[in-house]
Parts: sequence; C-alpha cells; structure tokens
Amino acid sequence: MASVHGALLDLKRLDQLAAGDTAVHRLDPRAKVLATLVFIVCVVSFGRYELSALIPFFIFPVCLIAAGRLPAGYLAAKVALVAPFAIAVGICNPLFDRTVLVHLGTLDITGGWLSFASIVVRTALTVAAALTLTALTGFTSICRALVRLGMPKAFAMQLLFLYRYLFVLAEEGGRASRARELRSFGRKGSGLASYASLLGHLLLRTWQRAERMHMAMLARGYTGTFPAAQVGRFGAREVAFVLFWSALFIILRLYNGAELLGTLVTGYLP
Amino acid sequence: MHMADALLSPTVGAAMWAVSAGGVALGSARLCRERDDRLAPLMGVLGGFLFAAQMINFSIPGTGSSGHLTGGLLLAILLGPSAAFLTVASVLMIQAFFFADGGLLALGCNIFNLGMIPALLVYPLCYRRLIGSAPGRRREVAVTMFSALLAMQLGALCVVLETAASGISALPLDKFLLLMQPIHLVIGLVEGAVTLAVVSFLRKARPELLTRGSAPGAVPGRVVLASFLVCAVLVAGGLSRFASENPDGLEWSVAKVAGATSLSEHRTGLGGFLAALQKKTARFPEYQAVPAAVPGSASASATTAPQASTVAGKGSAVAGIVGTVVTVLLVTGAAFVLRRSNRAAVAPEA
Repeated sequence: MASVHGALLDLKRLDQLAAGDTAVHRLDPRAKVLATLVFIVCVVSFGRYELSALIPFFIFPVCLIAAGRLPAGYLAAKVALVAPFAIAVGICNPLFDRTVLVHLGTLDITGGWLSFASIVVRTALTVAAALTLTALTGFTSICRALVRLGMPKAFAMQLLFLYRYLFVLAEEGGRASRARELRSFGRKGSGLASYASLLGHLLLRTWQRAERMHMAMLARGYTGTFPAAQVGRFGAREVAFVLFWSALFIILRLYNGAELLGTLVTGYLP
Repeated sequence: MHMADALLSPTVGAAMWAVSAGGVALGSARLCRERDDRLAPLMGVLGGFLFAAQMINFSIPGTGSSGHLTGGLLLAILLGPSAAFLTVASVLMIQAFFFADGGLLALGCNIFNLGMIPALLVYPLCYRRLIGSAPGRRREVAVTMFSALLAMQLGALCVVLETAASGISALPLDKFLLLMQPIHLVIGLVEGAVTLAVVSFLRKARPELLTRGSAPGAVPGRVVLASFLVCAVLVAGGLSRFASENPDGLEWSVAKVAGATSLSEHRTGLGGFLAALQKKTARFPEYQAVPAAVPGSASASATTAPQASTVAGKGSAVAGIVGTVVTVLLVTGAAFVLRRSNRAAVAPEA
C-alpha cells in the first residue's frame, strides 16, 4: 500500500465488485453484516491453541465468493498481503511458549507454533470475511445498513462524504506525491520541509474544495441528509440467510467439525 | 499500529467496540448541536486528505527510514475534538473495510487508540491547556511535540494492554512494552514534527483556518474526564468478566504456576458451559482434542502421566490433521459445485 495510486486502483476494483448482480449481492445488506459479525465473533472466541476447529469456518467466505462470483485469486492475494502486524506479533509466540503440546510420531509441536498457526488462520478468516462483505455489498450499502442497525446519522453522513470524495482527494494526493518524486533525486528533496509544504498545499486545496462543495450543495437544496436511493427489505430470504449461517457458526463453534470428520476417517482405518 | 482481529479476544473487542461506539455517539450528538452545515463536507474531504496523506512518505534524515502523518492531532487542531474524532474514525472504517487494516472486530480498538486518544483525550486535556491563547514559537514547538509524543505513547500502550488482555499472543507484557514504546517514541517525534510543520505552513498561508479548533464549542475537560471514567469502568468490567469466564488467558498462566490442580473448579460461566457441553457431546472421548482440553490439563497430564498424554496427543493430532485435510477438500468441492451451478444458471440466460 505504499503508493497512493496503487491503493486507489485496489479500492476501485473492490468497489466495482459490489456492482455484481447475483443472489448474494441482492440480499439486504443488514443480513450480510449480521452474518459476518456472528462469523467473526465465533472465530475469535476460540482458545489460543485451537487450529483444526477453525478450518471448517472457511466454508463461509468460500461459499460467498463462489456464489457471488468474486475473483477468488484477487481476494486471496489481498488476504495474503494484509495484517503484517498480526503476523509480526504472532511470530513471537514460538519463542516464548515452548511447552510441547502435540506429539506427532517423533515430531514435537510446541504450543507457540500451534498458537502462531492459529493466529495466521484467524487472520485469514477474519480478513477474508471482511473483504468478502465489502465486495458483495459496497460501502454505501454497508453504511445504510449500519444506520438502520443504530449508527448515528451524523457519522453515517461523514462516512458517505468521505467515501464520495476519497477518490478525488487520493488522486490529487497521488499526483502531488508523484510530482515530488519526479523532482527529487533519490532521497534528496523528499525530506520533511518539502513534505510539510506538500501536505499544506494539499490541505489548502482540500479546504477550498470543501467550501465550493458546500455552496454547490446548498444551491441544489441540501438539507442535511442524503436521499437514499433504494430501501431494502429484510424479508424471508434475509432471515433464512442469517439464521442458517449463525446456526452453522455456533454448531462449528461447539463441535470441532474437522476433528469429528477426522475421527470418522481414522476410526475405520486399522 | 493497527490492532488485528486475530490477536483479540471477543470480550476485549466487544468492550472496545462499546467504548468507541459511545465516543461516536457523543461526537455525533455534539456535531448535531453545533449546527454548522459547512462542517459536514469539510470533514468528509479532510478525511480523504488524511487517507491520502497517510500514504505519502518523507525520508527521515540520517536513518534511511521514512515516516508519514497519522493525523489525529493535526485534525483536532484544525477542526476541534469531536469533528476530528469522527473524521479519524471514518478513515479507520474505510481502511478496515477495503484494506482489512486491523479488521472489523478490532475496529473498536483502533478507533480508540488512533482517534479517541489524540482527539478526545490529548488535545483537550493537554494541548489546549498548555498552548494558551497566543503561544510563542518556542511554546508551540514544545507543546505540539509533547502532545504528539503523549498521544503515540498512550496509543501504543493501549495496543499492548489490549493484546495482553486478549491472551492470544504469548509475548510477555514487559517484553512487548519494551518493543512498542521506544518505536512509538520515534513515531511520536515524527508525528509532532510533521504536525508542527503543517500548522506553521497554514499559519503563514491562511491563518484564519487555525481559529476553528479553539472555538468556544470545544469539549470542556470535565465532560471528557467523566466519559473516560465511564470507559474505564466499562473496560474494567469487560476484562474482569473475561478473566473469570475464559480459562485460556489468566487462568492459563495461573494454572502454569500452580501446576493446574484445580482448573476444573475454575471453569464457570460461559467458558465452563462450553467446556462441559464439549465434554458431553464428544463422540470419541479418547480422541478428544488437545486444544479443546486446553494446556492446563495437557501440562498437568504431562507432569503426572507423560505416557497417557503422548497417546492422547498423538491420536487427536492425527484425527485433527486428517479432519483438516478432509474439510479443506469438502470446502473446495463446495466452491466448485457452487461455481458450476452458478455458471449453469447464468448460461441459459446469456
């Protein structure tokens, strides 16, 4: 996420995915938000050494990605790229936690490695769920869903404004940053002095833009809220969606699905 | 310093969500009362500005590394505390949804660490108090640097505390503190220098912009203190509940010290209920998972009967691995079937 332009392209691509028209895209956003929240809470509520019980949870992002016809490779790459903080902190676990928990033949696996693997799987699950939600729903719809679930209106306005002008400002910032890069030789010229005046100018232009926008909005009869384009309905499909996934997550939280399957398979082996 | 979902326990995440949601509600209510409708588009575009500014780096002389603006303090100076807080929170939300920076459960923590601390705590209680009405150059430098440092140190401290309270990472508290605080000393210095430079630039270019933050609408210190007290009680309540319910975190370390003699007695509340349910429903008790039985009992059996633990551990590990492979195959298969049926459903229409 180093360059502004790269981040912007990424953002646009994820945003465009939300324009799809499949059964999961058409679900009311509230249903998807609720199911994702239940999913994340169930995933993170496992103990720190849990690994195999986490694997069946991949069914949720995988099903949604497949049913929503999202590009799986792109989303997987995004999942792999993010959350360096979790990995960086998690990698310390094997160093500090050396209790041997699992014996696999002659191979001893310490609690540290187990919990590190658990952190990696958790990261993949929660990040994949969040990205899938965004790609299936779109940020505007998520905001509307959150308002109907109780988020204050003023904050929703802020989110919608930000989302509307994010692209414009990020492009402006990206252009300014590229211009500075082209004019500076290596590290010379990219110091604090030019950085501060770059940010300052960007800030001034931002401010002027806000003033122009405000006048334009007033001229068009702005009353303090955005009109909503469409009102979704929380119908039987939505209820079924939320109930099905929540029930599945709770069952998978209570029973270790992977291990039950494994005992079934190994139970028949001599 | 975004927190991540993977390092959080649900209790800590939910407690911080409650705190941040309270902050958002408070800030929104204050903004509605101010009735300045110029503020809405201004906050929106400044959020966009912050998003862009966080990705533009500058090189720090003599070190070979680079830094960038985080922006909580700068926005508070420009907009006043509640508007700045909402702006930072909205940027964090975009980052959580589109770049999965942090994550959805960790959003509460991140809004608190990066938004609430600089805008609602450090700015009104430290910056505004110390800066006075007409600061000299030297005073402005000192106060801005100190405030930025303080905000960063507090933010880093909260990251450490939240991680430790969640008990997912095995990093000891003191080592983690030693790792995080010095790094954020440097980051805080950078933040202070950038904030100062941008504010000085604006003072030269358009001094009237800098008057908004010090408008009489700023939150009085008492209100901020009271709300933070409420937050503290909320968090403390959440954390102590966590401590009594969840055997993984605190009791795990207690069990390690005490040799895990009375772990089963401690299992009350939700954790105990789940454990009991798991025990009742386990179809093959001899294959019960080592992870499900949690290290307390594993280390106990390791000290008393290493033979038994090896056998049980081996059996459950094999079952776990086989089950994992089978599950992965099933999930992949489901995906293929779904894709296929989707395509089949689309094909006749096309």
